Amino acid sequence: MPILTKAEAKALLTKVLSYSKAEQCEVNLNCSDSGNIRYARNAVSTSGGISANSLVVSSAFGKKLGTATINEFDDASLEKIVRRAEELAQLAPENPEFMPFLGPQEYGADSPTFSPATAAVTPKDRADAVQASLKEAIDSKLNAAGFLSNSIGCSAMMNSKGLFAYNTSTDVAFNITVRTDDGKGSGYATRGYNDFSKLNAKADTAIATKKAMSSITAKAIEPGKYTVILEPTAVAVMLENLFFSMDARQADEGRSFMSKTGGKTKLGEQLVDERVNIYSDPWNPELPTATWSGDGRPQEKVNWIEKGVVKNLYSSRYWAQKTGIKAIPFPGGAIMKGGTKTLEELIKGTEKGILVTRLWYIRTVDPQTLLLTGLTRDGTFYIENGEIKFPVKNFRFNESPIIMLNNLDEIGIAERTVSAESEANYLLPPLRIRDFTFTSLSDAV
Amino acid sequence: MLPAIPVFGKEISPEQALEYIDPAAKKIMSDVALNAARSKGATYTDVRVGRYLNQYVVTREDKVENIVNTESYGIGIRVISNGSWGFAATDKMDKDSIAKAAELAVTIAKENARLLREPVKLAPQKGYGEVSWKAPIEKNAFEVPVKEKVDLLLAVNDAAMKGGADYINSILFAVNEQKYFASTDGSYIDQDIHRIWPTFFITKIDKATGKFETRNALSAPTGKGYEYLNARPQDKIQTASGTLYKGRYDMLEDATQGARQVGEKMKAKSVEPGKYDLVLDPSHLWLTIHESCGHPTELDRVLGYEANYAGTSFLTLDKWESKKFNYGSKEVNITADKTEVGSLGAVGYDDEGVKCGKWDVIKDGILVNYQAIRDQAHILGLNASQGCCYADNWSSVQFQRMANISLQPGKAKLSIADQIKNVEKGIYIVGDGSFSIDQQRYNFQFGGQLYYEIKEGKIAGMLKDVAYQANTQEFWNSCVAICDQSDYRLGGSFFDGKGQPGQVSAVSHGSATTRFNKVNVINTARKI
Repeated sequence: MPILTKAEAKALLTKVLSYSKAEQCEVNLNCSDSGNIRYARNAVSTSGGISANSLVVSSAFGKKLGTATINEFDDASLEKIVRRAEELAQLAPENPEFMPFLGPQEYGADSPTFSPATAAVTPKDRADAVQASLKEAIDSKLNAAGFLSNSIGCSAMMNSKGLFAYNTSTDVAFNITVRTDDGKGSGYATRGYNDFSKLNAKADTAIATKKAMSSITAKAIEPGKYTVILEPTAVAVMLENLFFSMDARQADEGRSFMSKTGGKTKLGEQLVDERVNIYSDPWNPELPTATWSGDGRPQEKVNWIEKGVVKNLYSSRYWAQKTGIKAIPFPGGAIMKGGTKTLEELIKGTEKGILVTRLWYIRTVDPQTLLLTGLTRDGTFYIENGEIKFPVKNFRFNESPIIMLNNLDEIGIAERTVSAESEANYLLPPLRIRDFTFTSLSDAV
Repeated sequence: MLPAIPVFGKEISPEQALEYIDPAAKKIMSDVALNAARSKGATYTDVRVGRYLNQYVVTREDKVENIVNTESYGIGIRVISNGSWGFAATDKMDKDSIAKAAELAVTIAKENARLLREPVKLAPQKGYGEVSWKAPIEKNAFEVPVKEKVDLLLAVNDAAMKGGADYINSILFAVNEQKYFASTDGSYIDQDIHRIWPTFFITKIDKATGKFETRNALSAPTGKGYEYLNARPQDKIQTASGTLYKGRYDMLEDATQGARQVGEKMKAKSVEPGKYDLVLDPSHLWLTIHESCGHPTELDRVLGYEANYAGTSFLTLDKWESKKFNYGSKEVNITADKTEVGSLGAVGYDDEGVKCGKWDVIKDGILVNYQAIRDQAHILGLNASQGCCYADNWSSVQFQRMANISLQPGKAKLSIADQIKNVEKGIYIVGDGSFSIDQQRYNFQFGGQLYYEIKEGKIAGMLKDVAYQANTQEFWNSCVAICDQSDYRLGGSFFDGKGQPGQVSAVSHGSATTRFNKVNVINTARKI
């Protein structure tokens, strides 16, 4: 199905609502077309094109909610799905936490989440980009494995209280691992864009190639506490575990790192170094995200941590009403305010330390302290007197992002980066951190 | 790797889940795709018409949070053209849309052929004609009224709250994969696969100190029907830690003991770091097997196909070719099995139409085999696939996924009590917890749910803040004793993640209680 225009989406959703006999009705529409290509061992492996659409109808009587979905959009099917949602609502148990649907909302200006260049991508365009990437690796006599995907999507929602929201978006994801044939060196690069024309697969492959070649002959050094420089993608996998844990209800209930004794929370308290500023902004030109959340709430610019102080927690509408706080939804993206130094300048300013280019298999060890474990991967280097001296073997770490942001030494220039764990995009700087805890060595390359 | 719990598909009503699509209709759709692909130049085509049903009943304390029924229905078409794979999928099931998807798959294959180094080489596979396979379940979970499930979960929650828990979240997942496979080899295979996973998470809070502890269910996701929740006396094992479950699960009993145990965890002694002999229960060990043996013996990882995401493997082909690579001690026998009844990985045929079987991966501690699919079999000198191909949806392309990888029980009679009695300084670990392993599967770290200190052959109380770190080969070579068949139990995962775009698969891992000597244990307590 082609992507619906705002007027087409409005007409379709208005028609669906016209069939409703429920006390309240809400309709969500999602459509997407995507394509991908995967390669390894210097050749294409799998590749595909997928088209899928869905329309979700939620009908409510009192505190009873029924939901049904369909992917056929003729009049009879649309009416049938509305009836089905109503039947389900009548059968459902009452949910004491059910919240009435929202009325009309103000979403501000559209965010530039849609790129025509991405919408026009063909299988040939993807193959061309991969060919350029492969050439770069093969010319260096190295082994490439990578993944390129692009998608176009539209989403819209409307309800019987008069709310209407619409958005179109495009996404591009590219990541590449380059390894030496003897398996002793490995490098990685990852990029995320809305606009396909920004992709330079050859240049990104060159970054991974350089890391692969410079990471051979890695030396084992003792695990322990080290000053580290984390590249933005390594920062992403640490900080997203902090973002994922900033739920107000969890904090109030006493089961979060944000909880304190006696049912209190750390909201409003200095949690980390005062140079830490973390916020979300749907209109940021480098990281545009939707201006509304799935339940119709506006996504606004929100300060989460300002000068090291926790300013806001996200929450469900039910919990916000119960506790008298503003119902801020989970954001579409997160941004940490950067400094003025490049990664190279951070390295230059390091007397002794370790450059971590990627972290991998991050899991929570203790939710009380947000202690995480994971490993370095695809290029880890020892720094002495402002220069990279030699590659080092990979480490396992056990560290909390809260402790890490209290041991902050220096902040670099923020850039759009991608979490290799969640695939979410962020705008984050490289960070120099003191006393980062490595607990054992790994033989993995 | 095991990610957070995803949600798939679109929502449907409970009664819709009981509808089954006539195989004859699926054959007609498949033939449209096979013919369309052939006419555009495909030299091989397989088609999967899939209907994937999920039901989630989600509760907390005395409330039902959500009841979700989802359905995902569509067709995935995979072709070889000009020696290259191509794939396309659509949820529009009319003939024109199917033919168009088949054409797109061929276009993609032809476009990608210039990026090949050698053409795809498929192991031969005979066609089976029109055949079917059904999971041998006793009670279809989708036929059980939602109210019965809600009542069970709310009773479970009530038991935990009465036992002193501050919070409990409980979930019942049910899955039904209705898969139809057709290929130009002449197979038309209809399969009906069921899975179920009841689980809960108990939290207890000490308001005075602000500390909290959790205890997760000791259930296992299984390839069974709703009968899994009807435990009989023979399904229960009494140990020093409480009741453990074999084959079937008593959720109410486990929530009751879980509430008691989370209270004990609050008061437990923080572990002294150092070397301990570990006695690992199957409810814990399945995850260590999964990460340190299941993944590194996947042939696609060994060859480098997962280098950009899940990683490669330390079990390189030269180690297999040497026929003397000591993966573990002589006690260690690990099999791959796609047929074990009640396991998550059991199917009649894999997702490229290969009949499933069982084989040795580690024999007397030596690496003897991997897990392979049709386009890899020739690399191992095999003339047939091992049947490890799987796609998590009609819209996902099938690729090599893990078979059930299980540690075989010891041959000599040995009970859990015997294992504990023989340990001087050790820790007995029950349930799975935190987990992480490197991209070549050398270095891992695992936590659990319950840790009991063993002193001079006796349980000396509960410990907390425990995690063990080890190197895979050293760890499995420190394996000294495995309980006998009577203690063999399955654990597993609903959501093993791999591939790009990411896909999940469900897989079981069997073992009996096993002892590993002198493993490095760290203390995970921190202050923020």
